[in-house]
Amino acid sequence: MKYILVACCCLGLMHVSIAQVDSSLFRRIPRDTSFGKSMNMDAVYNRPFLSVGKVPVATGGYVESDYTYSTMDGISEGHTFRIPRLTLFIASSLHRKIKFLTEVEFEDGGKEVSIEFASLDFMFHPLVNFRGGIVMNPIGAFNQNHDGPKWEFVERPVAMTQMLPATWSNVGFGLFGKKYSSSWAFGYELYLTNGFDESIITNTRNRTYLPAAKNSPERFMESSNGQPLVTGKVALQKKSIGEVGISYMGGVYNKFQDDGLVLDEKRRVDVVAVDFNTTIPVWKTRIIGEWAWVHVNVPLSYGPQYGHRQYGGFIDVVQPVKSGTIFGFSRSVLNAACRIEYGDWNVGKFEETGTTIGDCFYAVVPAVSFRPTPQTVIRVNYRREWSRDIINNPSSRTAIIQLGISSYF
Amino acid sequence: MRGLIIGVCVLFSIIFIVSCDSVMPASLEEDQLLDGPVSGLTGAEHRQFLLGDAAFNTEIFTGQSGLGPVFVATSCGSCHAGDGKGHPFTTLTRFGQSDASGNKFLAQGGPQLQHRALPGYSGERLPDGASSSRFVAPINTGLGFMELVSDVDLLAMADPEDIDGDGISGIVNWNTIPSYVKVADGAVSHEGKYITRFGKKASVYNLLQQTANAYNQDIGITSSFEPVDVYSHLEVDPEISTQTINNVVFYLQTLKAPIQRSTEREEVIKGKDLFVGISCEKCHKQTLRTGNSHIAALANKEFHPYSDLLLHDMGSQLDDGYTEGTAKTYEWRTAPLWGLGLSPNSQGGSYYLLHDGRAHSIEEAILWHGGEAASSRQSYEQLSDADKELLITFLKSL
Repeated sequence: MKYILVACCCLGLMHVSIAQVDSSLFRRIPRDTSFGKSMNMDAVYNRPFLSVGKVPVATGGYVESDYTYSTMDGISEGHTFRIPRLTLFIASSLHRKIKFLTEVEFEDGGKEVSIEFASLDFMFHPLVNFRGGIVMNPIGAFNQNHDGPKWEFVERPVAMTQMLPATWSNVGFGLFGKKYSSSWAFGYELYLTNGFDESIITNTRNRTYLPAAKNSPERFMESSNGQPLVTGKVALQKKSIGEVGISYMGGVYNKFQDDGLVLDEKRRVDVVAVDFNTTIPVWKTRIIGEWAWVHVNVPLSYGPQYGHRQYGGFIDVVQPVKSGTIFGFSRSVLNAACRIEYGDWNVGKFEETGTTIGDCFYAVVPAVSFRPTPQTVIRVNYRREWSRDIINNPSSRTAIIQLGISSYF
Repeated sequence: MRGLIIGVCVLFSIIFIVSCDSVMPASLEEDQLLDGPVSGLTGAEHRQFLLGDAAFNTEIFTGQSGLGPVFVATSCGSCHAGDGKGHPFTTLTRFGQSDASGNKFLAQGGPQLQHRALPGYSGERLPDGASSSRFVAPINTGLGFMELVSDVDLLAMADPEDIDGDGISGIVNWNTIPSYVKVADGAVSHEGKYITRFGKKASVYNLLQQTANAYNQDIGITSSFEPVDVYSHLEVDPEISTQTINNVVFYLQTLKAPIQRSTEREEVIKGKDLFVGISCEKCHKQTLRTGNSHIAALANKEFHPYSDLLLHDMGSQLDDGYTEGTAKTYEWRTAPLWGLGLSPNSQGGSYYLLHDGRAHSIEEAILWHGGEAASSRQSYEQLSDADKELLITFLKSL
């Protein structure tokens, strides 16, 4: 990991030093079209890249920054300014049929640095590609298609980032492929990777929380239990309708044996997700949605605090209201948008009372976004959220105003 | 130009939204909330209150930070949502003691059952032959005031022989206390035992003992005060700092007392008259007084817990066969009624009243009263429906 970071820094420095000499050396790399029609599964390559002179690599990235003012039940922590992530991409074609791409993310102003993607792809046939390295598990669509500049909302969807663990990537290998005609496209992905660990049910969130597994410093070096996580997805796209995908991710999450000694029974986590996106041609209204169901085998003696079942998702509706030249930007678009999201972290009833377990939320997020170019967005969101604690006490009410910018570079 | 107009509209919309109370949710009225400090704390005391608040309400224990391996709950806040009464899913089960001779089941996991366990472990089961009782977590607020009522005042309220002939005795619980507990100035002792006042059986001396014991017995966290692990029964390294425990104790001491609501409403005033009239107030004492304290905001203050902090015979229906200290199995400390009307806000919208949450309404709780309270219960039963409603309205205002 160190070497990759050093390489990234060197490339970054080279990029800067050359740029200081002559910016005309920059060359915009056309979008990767080796797979024909673009689907969600192509999101990692479906990004703008720049190459510099004759350097045999292309680079890119995006940055996000935002302002937040929030109140919860009338109590505000005031005004906050953040830079939640700065992400760098480096891609290289080693051969006409061998590609490499990595995505390195600096989160929270550099407090966390992570490699979200670093894979070699070998194309044997459009339907048979072999991928190895750090891969993004294809669960739902947001996990692979998470770049900030692609979205009209400052915050990522809660159910996809806190129920599913987007961005969730692991070391592993697998196959993917696509078959398409003029109006239809079919794609699949299937990977075996390292997986989760027991932190998903022993964490300081006090709930079953799949993203807790991302905190393990060893997860890119070894499996927590020697059991592979299976992730697979199939997606179908029709040009005039849209794309729908169904995905599954599952495996044993706990350390059930150590040094040959049995510690516990094997306990599984299983996730199913559906995703879709479409554009209504008449109004150019874009609709994107995703829903996931999580089932975790939690020991009965552990109590109800950590849920066995969870579900949640979101739907975004984005309506362009004006496009053309605004403020001198010739290809700009002004959008009105709205996100609705819901998540239930603990589906079930209390054994003691027979009453429903709470620990759920729903939110409505109206938004306005302005895209001076397709790759840059300025967005203003108002988020209203109602959440209940595990006991199902009266909702706490949160309101958040956010102003954010995000752009590829 | 059109773009500029749109931009200005968006900007004004944001300003409008930020300035609008209905869009940015307003805070609840102070009398609807149980959390928050007593008034009059200094800046330094506010800092310690916030540290204790964070430890109490947001610190979640995991296997890595010492949870269990057997436990009841993973944090203080799990049992005391919003500092209010607890929900039955975190009910404690105490077992092993039937009389003043002590707990016979300490070697088998007594006095508390840790029925939950980390993955790979098994929770405890009640040993055969052990008597037991289930306790719903109490409201946290105003505890600092109750801690400062002098022993002399408690003994003055007690009437073990019922000398005044009103059918209500009221006794203190004499109990041994751990060595780490510092006895308060003016404390009264009897045969090496002290007057204890916290808990359903009034078996805990002060908030330090309550806090250290709850970390240990409820969460499985050892400390310099309670160093023995509930699973291995061995002394182990502290899993929480002494300073954190001190902060939590300070937080509990300085949580404000619940504020009564609708005090001017005629129904509440009439309901209160009925409450006094049928002698509920003989045990559920309206007003007590604190003594001296190093926390100036708590010193020498009147407060209104609606409890005398004494043990009373509550009759056979509430006799679980289990006890603590010198209390009899049928004796229970008078439950403070302050905050009663806000119980559903921390119990998931329902009432779970009495020591084990068996009563699902205030009226049901009244009707479970027996023993020394039988006469008041009968008086309540003889009230007209309208008067019963007035009495309940008053109790909900607390």
